[in-house]
Amino acid sequence: MTSVGLRVLSTGPGVTIQDGGRHGFLRFGVTESGPMDPLAHKTANRAVAVPYDSAAIEVSLGGVELTPEGAALTVAVAGGSFHVSLDGHILPAASLVRVGVNHKLTVRAGASGAWCYIAVAGRFNLQPALGSLSMHTRSLIGGSALDVGAQIPVIDSQTIEPATAEIVAPWLHRPGEMIRVILGPQNDYFDSAQITAFLNGPWTVSNRSDRMAYLLEGPKLAHAKGFNIVSDGTAAGSIQIPGEGNPIVLMADRPPTGGYPKIATVISADRGRLAQLRPGQKFHFETTSIQDAISARRDEMNELSKPILLRPLVHSFPSEFLLSRNLVDGVTDGLAEFPESTARSPKHHPR
Amino acid sequence: MTIPTPRFLDAGEAALVVEFGAIVDPLANDYVLTLDEALTSLAVLGVLETVPTYRSLMIHYDPLVLDRETLIAKIRTIEARPRSPRRPKNCWTIPCCYEPPFGEDLSHIAEAAGVTQAQVVALHSVATFRAYMYGFAPGCCYLGGLPTELAISRRPIPRPPYAPNSILVAGGLSLISTFSMPTGWWVIGRTPVRMFSQVRDPIFLVQIGDLVRFKSIDKEEFDSFEQRSTSGELVAEREMLR
Repeated sequence: MTSVGLRVLSTGPGVTIQDGGRHGFLRFGVTESGPMDPLAHKTANRAVAVPYDSAAIEVSLGGVELTPEGAALTVAVAGGSFHVSLDGHILPAASLVRVGVNHKLTVRAGASGAWCYIAVAGRFNLQPALGSLSMHTRSLIGGSALDVGAQIPVIDSQTIEPATAEIVAPWLHRPGEMIRVILGPQNDYFDSAQITAFLNGPWTVSNRSDRMAYLLEGPKLAHAKGFNIVSDGTAAGSIQIPGEGNPIVLMADRPPTGGYPKIATVISADRGRLAQLRPGQKFHFETTSIQDAISARRDEMNELSKPILLRPLVHSFPSEFLLSRNLVDGVTDGLAEFPESTARSPKHHPR
Repeated sequence: MTIPTPRFLDAGEAALVVEFGAIVDPLANDYVLTLDEALTSLAVLGVLETVPTYRSLMIHYDPLVLDRETLIAKIRTIEARPRSPRRPKNCWTIPCCYEPPFGEDLSHIAEAAGVTQAQVVALHSVATFRAYMYGFAPGCCYLGGLPTELAISRRPIPRPPYAPNSILVAGGLSLISTFSMPTGWWVIGRTPVRMFSQVRDPIFLVQIGDLVRFKSIDKEEFDSFEQRSTSGELVAEREMLR
């Protein structure tokens, strides 16, 4: 019998497995990793009823094609507005879908967004490295990015009804034009004119950005007290200003320490929003308070703690497609609890 | 000793920097480590992870569980308690081969320091270093205590990636590396010791605050140590100090 798992049929660069991150080893120089957009990652996991911080596949702009082996698998896709399709039938960008053996799930860069997550109703049967399945591609802790032909073994797989549904997650529609920051810890290395320039921007994400850092282009910032500090700790979202004056926002794969002054820190609720910006996209920073940052964080947790709405997609599929996938039974059960206001938009209908 | 009042700096709403100074200084690092140990033993609910660095302690916390003011109040109770000066736990002797092809930048270091290559080796292998912090890459350990004669400045332009387990110097510090990467530092030698191994207990050899000495070995000894190290053997010597 074929072992159960997801086979990678094709993949762009930088498609990795990420769980909630590698914790407890920052003090030894080990990068935390974890998802670039934690909210989307948690949403995908939530939709397949596994713990928030379970391992999921993080899809980069390079895209990925997967097929289940050994058994049909239910997966949830959520993140930026990616093109999601099953055997060529277009699905909403945030979808729950049961994929049969010999069927192909494709997730490719779409209208907007830079990262997308594929969570499985089950568990990746992989060996954790330092307590986590997250892949840190620079140190190879947790392994290197997914390659064509790789099989990700899956155990404890579950069936979820409805078999094909749109995930109603309005919280993932976050405009990225304004990113909130808390100034510091080294904002005293910059005079008020430079702080103003930092807040005025506008900034664009450089195409040299990756999971470690987003490099920003915009006004060059000058230091009032030099650009070398004795290295100290970094946080996810720390904004370092190196000598040449272009800000570096530290992201999921940040080093735990750094030696450039940090003018500000992106609040945790806006880190995913920033991560979803593509190279070339413009945005501004605005300052906020610790209290407001905590409120934003609490609001996110509240959204995620509610039962996730799944809107069945039965009407949108041609009947032969449904029959071939045996999805007709039980589809009405899920419909009753979905509010009218979130009715499916016709533009998502497949050909 | 009593811990002096630090600066509290916010790195966002979920991380607090407790800063004891702005320079590389053993006393500031002692305060950092004392606070870190005390905070760890208190097991404060909501403290997720702490990162000791040269001069400050980074505290990552969950602000939905632990209020910033409550965290600062806990730190203040630790500060107020007098305690005996901190002593290092271990002294490690790390073999290092300074010979070619390992000590790639030895001639530059000698020239910049105005001493002979033999003197560079003697100075580096006689000094007692202190492990101040890990950073940059897993197991990559920053050491203070480099003799002032060897305090040469960094490269103006980074050099191509060095070999893993290289020992480097620059800016008055020394570094034991683990992963290959480009650097602005100078390569003085290489160690057969693995500072980091996922299949060994302990995974990370040196604890922050430990003392480190280098023992000069020749190429033949290096090759033999390297073989033993590859098969999982620990080729560093450890002296327990407390």
